[in-house]
Amino acid sequence: MTTAAAEVKARSIRRITLSHRLSRWDVRFSPYLYISPFFILFTVMGLFPLLYTAWVSVHDWNLIGGQGDFVGLKNFATVLAQPYFWTSLRNTFSIFLLSSVPQVLAAIAIAAVLDFNLRGKTFWRMGVLLPYVVAPVAVALIFNDLFGDRYGLINSGIMSLGLEPIRWHVDVIPSHLAIATMVNFRWTGYNALIFLAAMQAVPRDYYEAAIIDGANRLRTFWSITVPLLRPIIIFVILTSTIGGLQIFDEARMFDNVGQGGANRQWQTLTLYIYELGWGQRNFGRASAVAWLLFLIIIIIAILNFVITRRIAGSADRKLRIRAKGIS
Amino acid sequence: MKRFPRSTIATTVAGAAAFALILTGCSAGAGSEQATNAKVKLTVATFNEFGYDSLFKEYEAANPNVTIVNKKAATSNEARDNLTTRLAAGSGLSDVEAIEVDWLPELLQYSDQFADLSSADVKGRWLDWKTKAATDATGRLIAYGTDIGPEGVCYRSDLFKAAGLPTDRAEVAKLLGTTWDSYYAAGAKFKAAGTNVPWFDSAGATWQGVVNQIPNAYEKKDGTVIATENPAVKKAYTSVLAASSTLSAHLAQWSDDWTKSFQNNGFATQLCPGWMLGVISGNAAGVTGWDIADTFPGGGGNWGGSYLTVPNQSKHQAEAKKLAAWLTAPEQQLKAFASKGTFPSQVDALSSDKLLGSTNAFFNNAPTGQILANRAAAIDVTPFKGVKYFPINDAMQQALTRVESGTMSADQSWNQWVADVKALG
Repeated sequence: MTTAAAEVKARSIRRITLSHRLSRWDVRFSPYLYISPFFILFTVMGLFPLLYTAWVSVHDWNLIGGQGDFVGLKNFATVLAQPYFWTSLRNTFSIFLLSSVPQVLAAIAIAAVLDFNLRGKTFWRMGVLLPYVVAPVAVALIFNDLFGDRYGLINSGIMSLGLEPIRWHVDVIPSHLAIATMVNFRWTGYNALIFLAAMQAVPRDYYEAAIIDGANRLRTFWSITVPLLRPIIIFVILTSTIGGLQIFDEARMFDNVGQGGANRQWQTLTLYIYELGWGQRNFGRASAVAWLLFLIIIIIAILNFVITRRIAGSADRKLRIRAKGIS
Repeated sequence: MKRFPRSTIATTVAGAAAFALILTGCSAGAGSEQATNAKVKLTVATFNEFGYDSLFKEYEAANPNVTIVNKKAATSNEARDNLTTRLAAGSGLSDVEAIEVDWLPELLQYSDQFADLSSADVKGRWLDWKTKAATDATGRLIAYGTDIGPEGVCYRSDLFKAAGLPTDRAEVAKLLGTTWDSYYAAGAKFKAAGTNVPWFDSAGATWQGVVNQIPNAYEKKDGTVIATENPAVKKAYTSVLAASSTLSAHLAQWSDDWTKSFQNNGFATQLCPGWMLGVISGNAAGVTGWDIADTFPGGGGNWGGSYLTVPNQSKHQAEAKKLAAWLTAPEQQLKAFASKGTFPSQVDALSSDKLLGSTNAFFNNAPTGQILANRAAAIDVTPFKGVKYFPINDAMQQALTRVESGTMSADQSWNQWVADVKALG
């Protein structure tokens, strides 16, 4: 008993030595220290601009002149009353849907094809990534030759068939299609590679088992690949939502003025921010729109997350039920 | 195995970082230098065509310590965006920044962001109104004038011939007449000949000709915006659109289609400030038949014209000022005129034989110097351009494009323009 008491005493003495304390702190705090660079960077590069934008949005603020009077929510009210805000909101959603939906579907399909045992695998895989490497401005320059109203390649073809040319820079839907095409050209391959990476992680025995059971390629794709890709699908949809709602380069480069058309046919919200901030030099209003865009993105991202989880989840459940049935 | 050991990579990175630090240290220290023989790299930002390409080489040859990097923006809008962004950011501007007269008033509000360029050497170098426009309330001169834009009418003599119209410069000038009505009437005649080529390129370009003849189109002298109530503006809007409905190629100026149309018989005439000569000969390379008539509808007219500034951000202000002064000296401006048709704003250059005797081979050897000098003499209105001129005029251009593209009726588009002007606040 005395030895036990001495031991306890010795232990408690040892507990307060500096090195012991340090090693305890090490265990407790080091992990936070290790992940802190990201959060410090995020605070400086992400959180601060976000809050500063909010600060700017409640002031009169000139691009060059700087801060003016505090005006409360007046900038938000003014912006929400502008027809161009609503036009650009419509355009943003339209271009987002026209780009993101086909993009994700095409990316899964391309990834599925690349997942087969093709000859020259690396060549094909690098090939789909190639458009991603091209700068968006260069993409826009190339595509502008295709989508010229009068002397563009597509319209030349259409006119030689004796049909009416498509007014890419005048009508709303054609301009959105053209811009969505540029976006898709750039991002489909990138997303395909992400899907491909996830597909390669699917255990091959599942497919073997399914094929032995008589499932064809399409069936294995729908019943095995897609459900198992669930987290990646959610990831890709989230990132392409965030990107899709912030399309700027392609829309800005679509004509030489860069304001999204004479009637704002293809002005996106980011272009609208640019017009307010740099064209009219009204940073207060530009920041108000930026914050509205931020809120919209959050809402859409949450909606997306819930919906895709439900869809992918139900497919997943089906798979599990089926798997139970098999066993 | 060609893999670098980790320590090598770390050393390389550390070395590169240290090197970068030394570099930034150097450039930070260079701010206060005077114009000396130390090596400097000067950046010059221009737009459209200034005709400086060979001048830069000449300056570099005469000043071996200077290297010049030219950043060329395609349009004046683009240059303006770039300038204001970097002005706001407080860094990134070129040592010499070219600006256009239409947005000069906006910058004058922030004249303290630009170096004072006034000096005894350049006193009286430019036309009075040109210098006055670039001088702020306290008498600081923030920009050196480069060119002005006296306008003639450029035309395709081959297309005129096909339509049975006269092709000779003097006869064409008579045909076009001196009023907008006579210019449009000539267009109607051209169209009646069934050539199937539009008369002019766009309502927007024609608008520039008309609006630059209105003394106070958008703003009163005190800056009050009168754009939407000004009967002269409404009248001009109606008449330009009436003409455009039958005579225009409906090509938005500066668009890709507009640029390409020069190779495709896009239109027969074009309002032609001096600097447009360079744009046309560039876009229409290989096309023969362009010529310029010594007349302009509605009297004389000035379209555009530019300046060179030295932003306070520049680390080599003394050198930059020297270069800007050299580029805008009469001798150099005459060379720029010979190369791209940018018509001088310098008093000495205007009376020089070099200018008056100069011809332009692309425009059928037209005596462009004499013609544009006549056109400059015909200018009797100096339109007032205030702080809001550029955005209001920009919105007007889009209003015209909306009607030309068939998106809206003239009335709808006018109403939207009124709303746009109001939204500028």
